[in-house]
Amino acid sequence: MDPLLLSRLQFGITTVYHFFFVPLTIGLSLMVALMETIYVRSGNPLYKRMTKFWGKLFIINFAMGVVTGIVQEFQFGMNWSEYSRFVGDIFGAPLAIEALLAFFVESVFIGIWIFGWDKLSKGLHAAAIWLVAIASTISAYWILVANSFMQQPVGYSIEAGRAVMTDFFALILNPNVWVQFPHTIAASFVTSAFFVLGISAYHLLRKSNTKLFTRSFQIAAIIGSIAVILLGLNGHSQAQHMIESQPMKMAAAEALFNTESPASFSLLTIGDLEQRSEVFSIRIPRLLCLMSYNNLDCEILGIYDLQAQYEATFGPGDYIPPVAVVYWAFRIMVGAGMLMIGLALYALFMVMGETLENRSLSLKIYLWAMALPFIANSFGWILAEIGRMPWIVYSLMTVDEGLSFTVPPAQMLITLLGFTLVYAALIVATIYLMAKYAKIVPPEQESGISDSDDDAPVLVPASD
Amino acid sequence: MNLNIIWFVLIAVLYIGFFILEGFDFGVGILMPFLSRGDDPDMVDRKRRLMINTIGPHWDGNEVWLLTAGGATFAAFPEWYATMFSGFYLALFLVLLALIYRGVSFEFRSKDKNPKWRKIWDLGIFLGSLLPPLLIGVAFSNLVRGVPIDGDMNYVGGFFNLLNPYALLGGITTVVVCAFYGAIFMSLKVKGGLEETARAAAQKIWFLVVILLLALLIATYISTDVLAHLGVNPGMVPLAGIASILLAGYFVRKKMNGWAFITSALTITFTLVTMFLILFPRVMISSLNPEYSLTIYNASSSQYTLTIMTVVALVFVPIVLLYQGWSYWVFRKRLTMDSHLEY
Repeated sequence: MDPLLLSRLQFGITTVYHFFFVPLTIGLSLMVALMETIYVRSGNPLYKRMTKFWGKLFIINFAMGVVTGIVQEFQFGMNWSEYSRFVGDIFGAPLAIEALLAFFVESVFIGIWIFGWDKLSKGLHAAAIWLVAIASTISAYWILVANSFMQQPVGYSIEAGRAVMTDFFALILNPNVWVQFPHTIAASFVTSAFFVLGISAYHLLRKSNTKLFTRSFQIAAIIGSIAVILLGLNGHSQAQHMIESQPMKMAAAEALFNTESPASFSLLTIGDLEQRSEVFSIRIPRLLCLMSYNNLDCEILGIYDLQAQYEATFGPGDYIPPVAVVYWAFRIMVGAGMLMIGLALYALFMVMGETLENRSLSLKIYLWAMALPFIANSFGWILAEIGRMPWIVYSLMTVDEGLSFTVPPAQMLITLLGFTLVYAALIVATIYLMAKYAKIVPPEQESGISDSDDDAPVLVPASD
Repeated sequence: MNLNIIWFVLIAVLYIGFFILEGFDFGVGILMPFLSRGDDPDMVDRKRRLMINTIGPHWDGNEVWLLTAGGATFAAFPEWYATMFSGFYLALFLVLLALIYRGVSFEFRSKDKNPKWRKIWDLGIFLGSLLPPLLIGVAFSNLVRGVPIDGDMNYVGGFFNLLNPYALLGGITTVVVCAFYGAIFMSLKVKGGLEETARAAAQKIWFLVVILLLALLIATYISTDVLAHLGVNPGMVPLAGIASILLAGYFVRKKMNGWAFITSALTITFTLVTMFLILFPRVMISSLNPEYSLTIYNASSSQYTLTIMTVVALVFVPIVLLYQGWSYWVFRKRLTMDSHLEY
């Protein structure tokens, strides 16, 4: 077995899997914090029940995000030790800072939030979930600082074959992180909005607790609409950034083999994978110029010219990423994004119109639409990471140079299978539990026992 | 004192913090199947939930000490991070799987009443609490014993090379110390029958702890280069470790559980400090050639990165201690069989 393939598969699987949960943690923590804040300020018990209902689902998701995140902290050393040695001086710092600034806050205050309902004042309890929400956003920032160094190395020099940090502030102000971070955060809010829209739609279809779920649907429609528009605008600036920082990624994402002026946007390209050439394509003239440079008369370098350029700079080699994967990842991400823009705005329109529970056909769409953000999030990362290939750190180190060459491939196979099987089993349990708690109808009236979980004996906490 | 030494100390502090905190919640998880025994399945389940809830609000925050230690090792000593985690590959993999299983188990276990469902996650809590201290104990023992590292800082031993008697002794000792410490913690966090059950368990385990710690001390003189490195007289720290474990046994007997907790936390601290003293200034000892050992100098980041990280650590570690300490204050109340339980 090829150790490079095994290690890349393992990193890809564990990271995409981890990122199923992360955006929902970031987005839903904020929505739950908002709901609880409304409860604290208005005293309306509807919002308390809302907080508890969505909070339960949030916790299940949060736990999965936490445990799959543990692997991320260590696997650079496991499978990518040469990479770790090369970038450790730079890459370790944001990881450690993330743990110190964000993980501690998240994990301590989620404990306080889950267990502290009757131990803290209402305001303090709401503050705990706000801290979780803020910390999970801070966490995203630091890990993207680390990833941005791989996309666009800044603030470093090469000394004795190692990348050495020369400017910490250049690292944290990396232009790449300032397009990637807003994109990730907006995507997280969209993810949580579609999650809430979908589950609310499920209950509205059954006309169960329509008051609570209408209000949840409304909140999600507003947050989702704002976030998805920001996401689209930001996606545009990200594309503009990408064509400057990693032109090959853009060319591959467009399957643009030959340099074009003015450049057209590909609606559909069928290529020959062996020959790496275009067989057939439908293109919209000049649109790629509009996307990349906000004008209609640009020149965009194609894959062949870029390959020649890279060879001149970096020496002989193959600098072309797997075009088909990058091309389709880009299209799936953007396609899902476009659908979500339409659906979020339509949800906003529904909210303003007649009673929601009577629009059963529309509601059914939102049940299915829950999958969209997860698809877009995953393919977004596939585009970002596969599009950077063959580089592990753009322009500095290729992916095969970063591998741990002392780990036997048989051990890599064991861990790849181990993680994959355990993750597969866990997703079954997670979906079962999510579905179970998503289907529980919160009580319409305060009954006095609504605070307890479904199977705990209802008892007053003992006092010392 | 230069930055390299400061970071060696900080990483030692992070690992000590990890074992002082997560040590007892590992212990509670290890003991859960044994201290919940009974004829009535409902009572057994209720006891298990009670035990899990004593660590419920805390285990996640405790575990972050390990994550931070890992991240700090990467930031301050990237060569150490790269060599250790690629070298101890399968061991680390098992630790990660165990921690994943464990974390999910806490969260999922009581969210469904089906006994089969709960059994799956009970196993996760037990294995997830047993394997990490065992394997981390094995790994740490190997750090001081020395492992085959070549001139390019690469680990060239296999997986089974790690499972030598000295390292296994270190691993088992870590598990038993955690169980002892966890029993004392539990005795402080519950009220009713379980409090005495836990204390009595601590009293029994204590003998084993003393025997294992003494055996480890002797084995350390035989299996490591401590004699050459530090001399026959290792200083006050191991002696303080022995004194603290003897005191802990005394306090457990006298039912002074609070003092027993403090003294056993000291035992953990002194044992780990001893280990780091044996290592210093090395971070991984090569058994092939002392010249090949990784040290705080040849494995470290640049002075610039260490400076940045020092500032960050000095500002944020105290803040973490404050709010994490506060969270223990919030949940200071003992749990009883009638308490409302979240997990």
